Amino acid sequence: MHFIELIKQPWPWYVAGPLIGLMVPLLLIFGNKTFGISSSLRHICASCVPAKIPFFQYNWRKEIWNLFFVFGVFLGGIITLFYLKDDSAVVVNPKLVAELSQYGITDYSGLIPNDLFSWASLSTPRGIVMMVLGGFLVGFGTRYAGGCTSGHAIMGLSMLQFPSLVATICFMVGGFIMANLILPFILSM
Amino acid sequence: MKETLKNTNTDFEMRSLDAICFSEEEIKTPSWHNLKYLLFGILFGIILIKAEVVSWFRIQEMFRLQSFHMFGVIGSAVAVGALSVFLIKKFKIKSIYGEEIKLPVKSMNKGQIIGGLLFGFGWAMTGACPGPLYAQLGYGATVTLVTIFMAIVGTWVYGLLREKLPH
Repeated sequence: MHFIELIKQPWPWYVAGPLIGLMVPLLLIFGNKTFGISSSLRHICASCVPAKIPFFQYNWRKEIWNLFFVFGVFLGGIITLFYLKDDSAVVVNPKLVAELSQYGITDYSGLIPNDLFSWASLSTPRGIVMMVLGGFLVGFGTRYAGGCTSGHAIMGLSMLQFPSLVATICFMVGGFIMANLILPFILSM
Repeated sequence: MKETLKNTNTDFEMRSLDAICFSEEEIKTPSWHNLKYLLFGILFGIILIKAEVVSWFRIQEMFRLQSFHMFGVIGSAVAVGALSVFLIKKFKIKSIYGEEIKLPVKSMNKGQIIGGLLFGFGWAMTGACPGPLYAQLGYGATVTLVTIFMAIVGTWVYGLLREKLPH
């Protein structure tokens, strides 16, 4: 099979995981940077709307590398869209398909469900809760925790830091509670 | 040691507050050197999408224990990351600028628990942690702009309330 055709297919975990793990030494060796993404949200606050809040009073230009990095992640999305897109639907566990169909989520053509996340669904109660409240919790929670999946789960655990283990466990516990106990109510809205 | 704003007098202490990820580089490098981070980001973005880590459906599977995929991705990423850090420490590998590689040590506080749970809620709702949000936007889901904007608002509100929150 042609190389491009091969990499257009969804990558298995044992290919993607190690590649993500290699971001850790890559950033350390090429510039003494610790891997993380959520800090970029803070640098955006510090550079655009610091509003005299002490937490945003620092020289964000020293962290501008992080903004280059996340802009790259955005560009990586565009490159994948134009050159590496796989048109087949996401294949998920049939149990999930059955559960989501109860809430009218049946479109698997995109990586995010068009039935839930679209400009049109911003006028529905569940769309507002999922995007507006969900987004807020991602920003608030990651900064309160001092890192996200990249900073804590990957970088922090790679450094064998106990606080990062606690944070990662709490991410998972929070996710389990939301997905299994609370989301059914939100999706029924 | 409890991290508070009162004992942070230097810019570095403030920058590294509540963060795993920050720059430890001491030497001045030309600003075009930042382009390498753009390149690393592009690679990371492509990996995130091709592994379907940015998919809301994959995140739902993970939190329902219906698939091994996400656990495999995160587990093998940590294994490779930890081995790399171990080798960097053991052989005292220096950065390409000849600097000693420094690793931050963070202290435990209530934030990792409360903030961690809150982020977990948001992760299961949006199906995205911060990295995938940027990748989703690039991949054509323009409505992700709303989620990213709200994540910035959430970060800002945390900064506003920080001193009043338990740590």
